[in-house]
Amino acid sequence: MRTTLSDDSRTDDAVTDTPRRAELPELLMLLNPAGERVPNAEYEPFVADVTGDQLASLYEDLVVVRRLDVEATALQRQGELALWPPLLGQEAAQVGSARTLRPDDFVFSSYRENAVAYCRGVELPDLLRVWRGTAQSGWNPYEVGMATPSIVIGAQTLHAMGYAVGCLRDGVDSVAVAYFGDGATSEGDVNEAMIFAASFRAPMIFFCQNNQWAISEPVGLQAQRPIAERAPGFGIPSIRVDGNDVLAVMAATRQALERARAGEGPTFIEAVTYRMGPHTTSDDPSRYIDPLQREEWAAKDPLARVEAHLREIGVLTDELADSIAARADEIAGRFRQGCVDLADPRPLEVFDHVYAEPHRGIARQRSQYAAYLASIGEAQHEGEQR
Amino acid sequence: MTELTLSKAIGSGLRRALSDDDRVVILGEDIGALGGVFRITDGLQRDFGADRVMDMPLAESGIIGMAVGLAYRGFRPVCEIQFDGFIYPAFDQIVAQVAKLHYRTRGAVRMPLTIRVPYGGGIGAVEHHSESPEAYFTHTSGLRVVTCSTPQDAHTMIRQAIACDDPVLFFEPKRRYWTKGEVDEEADFPMDAARVVVPGTDVTIVTYGPLVATAIDAAAAAADDGLSIEVIDLRSLSPLDLETVEASVRTTGRLVIAHEAQEFGGLGAEIATAITDRCFYHLEAAPARVAGFDVPYPASRLEEHFLPDLDRMLDAVDRVMGRENALSGWSAS
Repeated sequence: MRTTLSDDSRTDDAVTDTPRRAELPELLMLLNPAGERVPNAEYEPFVADVTGDQLASLYEDLVVVRRLDVEATALQRQGELALWPPLLGQEAAQVGSARTLRPDDFVFSSYRENAVAYCRGVELPDLLRVWRGTAQSGWNPYEVGMATPSIVIGAQTLHAMGYAVGCLRDGVDSVAVAYFGDGATSEGDVNEAMIFAASFRAPMIFFCQNNQWAISEPVGLQAQRPIAERAPGFGIPSIRVDGNDVLAVMAATRQALERARAGEGPTFIEAVTYRMGPHTTSDDPSRYIDPLQREEWAAKDPLARVEAHLREIGVLTDELADSIAARADEIAGRFRQGCVDLADPRPLEVFDHVYAEPHRGIARQRSQYAAYLASIGEAQHEGEQR
Repeated sequence: MTELTLSKAIGSGLRRALSDDDRVVILGEDIGALGGVFRITDGLQRDFGADRVMDMPLAESGIIGMAVGLAYRGFRPVCEIQFDGFIYPAFDQIVAQVAKLHYRTRGAVRMPLTIRVPYGGGIGAVEHHSESPEAYFTHTSGLRVVTCSTPQDAHTMIRQAIACDDPVLFFEPKRRYWTKGEVDEEADFPMDAARVVVPGTDVTIVTYGPLVATAIDAAAAAADDGLSIEVIDLRSLSPLDLETVEASVRTTGRLVIAHEAQEFGGLGAEIATAITDRCFYHLEAAPARVAGFDVPYPASRLEEHFLPDLDRMLDAVDRVMGRENALSGWSAS
């Protein structure tokens, strides 16, 4: 079975073949799109403790994050947000991995990991500050164990690696998790992070959500072979997992966490999924996406299979489904209200926090601009008096 | 007081920083067993261990990005970039991450990195080993940029840079590594305060790093000619201590700015503008710049024609004095 974690760097004659014809490694899957459990002796133990009720709780997360995502897109269309990067289709990859982490683990993500942020406990309005334009970051990283998402592609993987080495130096068994996409794997930073992480045995996870697209560029432009196959060349064991299977993602992540906490270094997880929405609300996928391909992936929906399974085992009743939907609506309502209640920053905040220590240049510009603003205010005030 | 070379003064500063704060870690290429290509970190890995003085894979972006992660975790990383011309692979991490994370996170995440960069020419090196890239970084808000010209400043300022809660680019004038001077480990002064090196009344020469010694020589040569030149060592390139320069120019009325870096868009332009703004009615002549030409750093057999030297500095002094000068052929008329 080729889903097994492997750190050998075997060469494959098929490498010279076209990627479509070459044999692809199987995906780790524990719950198939029909909602049936797929037997797997190696990985089942990692999710053996997930009871029906716990799976229902994961299902609720999946429903909620999808509902929030849809709400955020609506907020953008209504002019309340400048931009939104939908995660539609990637719910299981994000929830399944994030829900396995401990509070003392630390996430370094890209900008699409809003479900990860939700699972880390980020407050609802904080998910939107950046996208409404009221701040450059949403939350205090130390309060939720998640760094400010990186908009520069792949840069955060190095930060995760450095943080993980810091955990080693501090003698703690916390793990750093770097989330990034298939496009990021072409960046030098991601490759450097893998080199450093392997050399320093950094306790970290490279969690790649291969959603098949980097804006309009298909994954074939970034990689001629499955992305997970690269990691063993760096000395990092890797696994390809069905990113739309919340249980498989959870199992793979738990295995990687165990390795990291046991001092066995980094693991690379390629969660194979699909970006069902646009890159962002400014994108137009109709110019480049084949609708048939999207339909194929719609049939592998990450929520539908959990729902089917939960109904099959009798955990999900119509009543429970209704209450989950109602709860998602209620959270989405608070999300929306939190968005419109976000206050605009005050003008002089433009100068805040550029430096941690006093800085004569910024201090000068700040006082000059304050005087300028005051002069305008005075002029307007005088105008009103006249 | 101990007499040290500038390079040993930096090394002793790093040693003190490692002793004083166990969150200080040093990252760089060849800094362990070799002690760095300039031996600045000589003996530090032996004495503080490979966990604190870490040899890095050859990837500058990786080094700085790793330091960002360590800083997130509360460490105080000191990164060595081996040569000026090798900093560019790290440019994105420095400019887009290190410089902006404190601002981005509204003060939640501090980036107390120190990035050491041997810089400048005059050592007969091959390409990429003689550059002065400081203006790229002074143009980036969120960074502090400093440089030193004496062993005393080198020792004190490297420790200040490491103790500073902001990221600091610490540019080391590599051709002055072997300059000797007295070092008092207890000396202290504000890291962003310029220093009047030579007092004078006729012309102000503002410079920094490797050209401070050249400016001192120029002042001595001009003194033989009856001219009193004040030499100011900026020390801090961002922020600039314009107050010290302003006070000097209000006295002299004449300003020359000298740096090795290319002239166009360089610090000289910034200083000339700022001082003109502040001292317009005190100026007797337009400020003059003496800088590297706007060409790539040339082959070493040509570098003497690129680098500002004593004669080109005096030529600029002649210009602001309104004197004809045979060297440049420039005439005041």
